[in-house]
Amino acid sequence: MTVLEVRDLAVRFGETQAVQGVGFEVARGEVLGIVGESGSGKSVSVLAVLGLLPPRAVVSGSVRLHGRELLGAQEKELTALRGKSMAMVFQDPLAGLTPVHRVGDQVAEAVRVHQRVSSKAARLRAVELLDLVGIPDPARRARAFPHEFSGGMRQRVMIAMAIANDPDVLICDEPTTALDVTVQAQILDVLRTARRETGAAVVLVTHDIGVVAGIADRVLVMRSGQVVETATVDDLFYRPRSPFTRTLLDAVPRIHDHPARSGYSGRPVLPPQPAPAHPGDARSTPPVPAHSGEARSAPPVQVGWGAVRRGGRAVLEVEGLVKRYGRGGWVVDRVSFDVRAGETLGLVGESGCGKTTLLMEILALGAPQGGRVVVFGRDTAGLSGRERLGLRRDLQVVFQDPMASLDPRMTVHDIVAEPLRAHGLPIDRVGGLLRLVGLEAEHAARYPQDFSGGQRQRIAIARALALEPRLLVLDEPVSALDVSIRAEVVELLLELKARLGLSYLFVAHDLAVVRRIADRVAVMYSGRIVEIGPVEDVFAEPRHPYTRALLAAVPVPDPVRERARSRLLLSGDPPGDHLLRPAGPPSGCRFRTRCPLYPGLPSVLGSRCVSEEPELGAADGAACHHSSGGIG
Amino acid sequence: MTRFLLRRILFGVLVLWLVATTVFLLFFAGPADSVARRLAGPRAPIEVINQIKDTLGLNRPLWEQYVSFLGNLLHGDLGISFISQTPVTTLIVQSLPGTLWLVAGSAVLWMTAGITGGVISATRPRGLRDRVTTVLVLAGISVPTFILGMLMIYLALSVFPWFGLGPGPYISPLVDFRGFLQVMIMPWVCLAVVQAAVYVRLTRGSMLDTLGEDYIRTARAKGAPEHRIIYRHGLRAALTPVITQFGVDIGTLLGGVVVTESVFGLQGLGQLMIRSVRDGDLPVIIGAAILAAAFIVIANILVDVAYSFLDPRVRLA
Repeated sequence: MTVLEVRDLAVRFGETQAVQGVGFEVARGEVLGIVGESGSGKSVSVLAVLGLLPPRAVVSGSVRLHGRELLGAQEKELTALRGKSMAMVFQDPLAGLTPVHRVGDQVAEAVRVHQRVSSKAARLRAVELLDLVGIPDPARRARAFPHEFSGGMRQRVMIAMAIANDPDVLICDEPTTALDVTVQAQILDVLRTARRETGAAVVLVTHDIGVVAGIADRVLVMRSGQVVETATVDDLFYRPRSPFTRTLLDAVPRIHDHPARSGYSGRPVLPPQPAPAHPGDARSTPPVPAHSGEARSAPPVQVGWGAVRRGGRAVLEVEGLVKRYGRGGWVVDRVSFDVRAGETLGLVGESGCGKTTLLMEILALGAPQGGRVVVFGRDTAGLSGRERLGLRRDLQVVFQDPMASLDPRMTVHDIVAEPLRAHGLPIDRVGGLLRLVGLEAEHAARYPQDFSGGQRQRIAIARALALEPRLLVLDEPVSALDVSIRAEVVELLLELKARLGLSYLFVAHDLAVVRRIADRVAVMYSGRIVEIGPVEDVFAEPRHPYTRALLAAVPVPDPVRERARSRLLLSGDPPGDHLLRPAGPPSGCRFRTRCPLYPGLPSVLGSRCVSEEPELGAADGAACHHSSGGIG
Repeated sequence: MTRFLLRRILFGVLVLWLVATTVFLLFFAGPADSVARRLAGPRAPIEVINQIKDTLGLNRPLWEQYVSFLGNLLHGDLGISFISQTPVTTLIVQSLPGTLWLVAGSAVLWMTAGITGGVISATRPRGLRDRVTTVLVLAGISVPTFILGMLMIYLALSVFPWFGLGPGPYISPLVDFRGFLQVMIMPWVCLAVVQAAVYVRLTRGSMLDTLGEDYIRTARAKGAPEHRIIYRHGLRAALTPVITQFGVDIGTLLGGVVVTESVFGLQGLGQLMIRSVRDGDLPVIIGAAILAAAFIVIANILVDVAYSFLDPRVRLA
């Protein structure tokens, strides 16, 4: 039975036609996925359905709920329907909850707006709802404020609010985009529960085509404000009709396949951006020669492990690095790894695991609180200001969000030239640098806001390369980008590395990206590295239960496999993701509070997890007492 | 919270000590003769100068004077007015109620008008009501207080004399409530007009920011009625900057509302201060300055405490 029917929906903002000719219908208990890249009009479409667009938006077409036309309906009528018959879950659960009210009150408000019940009854109902969406100890937690909740918990609250009145239609706008992959898996599960409990028709908007594979019945693909294709989930993945859907599917990295068969296979990806390489580049920006100053550096300190199979000198060695803020727990605790010349080390972990703090400690080039950092053979602890400045030339950084990390008041030329000016070098290389990253030299006169996200990240890369560094530190460089753009930037980075002989320390939470770009991978949990090794080995045969859970939580863009596979759901939140963190990590193994192995261990084996903290061995491997599967 | 308060109070005491010391040095540093001359005025005969040196003990070393100054201050002894020969504390206690009532009554008016006006402007930006408020606000900000005050006095005395409003010294509400109102209403309105204008702009800007937040959209998606969205979800969060400004204003105004008090002949702290500056009445100037500083310090502590009630994310530590 069709609950919601949208026909010929069009939305215009002034001169801009944002959405045109969009139509779909959803039946009771059905999940419709709406997929598209940023700016494709998917969010605008669903907001138009609820009548939540700003007043300047001109909406036409038809939106029928149970056959009743909603477009052009009185605001009063819509207010009565919103939250009752049609509810919505938004993307960012931190911004989406009112910061000054308790979460229980906010859920109770959703109840009381539509039902004539006492405030006490509404509060009890709110606790019930919080329980339903999996908030532990809901009666107590209902009294907490949103900022005291982790991202995943907040999104559960949003869902509780949305299902408070048993809606007929539940619209979810990128409900898991801001969340970690293990939490994403949890939230998708909560959405399944919500659909089961309410029988609602669900519209799930997402840019991640992998997410829809496991949960949607039908999928609608959007591009530039129009519907490209609507199909059942199986048809879409196995028999895509439109070329756009095919390219979209191709761009999805598949972590469980061999990289050669995956999306990042060097195949041309849409849309045709300026070709990353121009033959003439080599002249204007010669590959970085071996630095003349290299002779001054002391012979590299050999770190014992991992050296067996890997050649090359270590460009970065981190040994037992410690960082803690104030009297709180350790953010980075005894972390050791090295990066060899020409090598890419991928550092993965969920939000709050300490990866960014670790990067900042390395980039500080100072004396760490504990342990040591050796860059190009030089211990950073004893550097003078001048030496530190010199070392910075060889060590550059690319940040996560190219929208925020480029000064909007500076031209691209000034941005790229800034490191050159800072080191007193001639600035005539800017044009060459821009061409090196696939932009035109003429772009230099423009401002960052004239560029798309992918192009901005290219500008940021050009800026980082200006000083001809040997080691690039990349902090989530592609996570703010669309899938297809992400693939392009990753290809660019791979190419630059090969051409310029760079080494990368690449931080990401996206495992697929790491698989494509990294030679080795280190998995961080709660401030420690729990597993490290060559990327092929770790992905093919993860030894630490956390690595296994991380890999399992990534949605597979394959409906049949996604439906068939057993879900290894990691419970709880990433330990750093909330302010209510206890003073320190649990005793023994830090992961044991979320470990899927630990509860099933016989007490003889389990006691070791409580009493003794597992350490990474001298070689590659996992910091787990029972990494071979829990039997011994 | 307790620790926070203790620290803030300690810090406040430090500020007051600095103010007291600065004022002291400003007036008393230097050779005794020139200090006495400064106090007595350029044409004072030498006998007066000598007398001043004796009564104030200016011949003692500076640190000794400083210690006795601080000691007296700690005992609440601010000295004796040169002019009226009454203790400064008495003078302050006499003038304080007028200023307190003026600021308190006016604050109620301007906060009500300012926040209401700001909310009305913000809910329909660039609408008719927003434009009307904007014009009123501009008028309120541009008219000098003394012009507005004199206009009000003119109207009260010659156009609407039957209200019985008029300028005059402060009357305690306990003695004559009707008289109190007749004296206070005009200064209240006069001060509130200027202040409200500022608060309309402040509230409007802050509300516009808050109403653009995602959680306002969430509240809409819940089906919450508009007034609930505006007041429960919007205004509450928008009040923080308004309260900050309020604390600063209250502190400053309590130290002396000079113009308004003068126009309406209200015998408040502002009047006292003006008079003592004109007469070179040093002990009164020092007393009034320290009192003004104390008001600002206290108001700021109260604002910080108010934050923690308005916004649960603020943790006082």
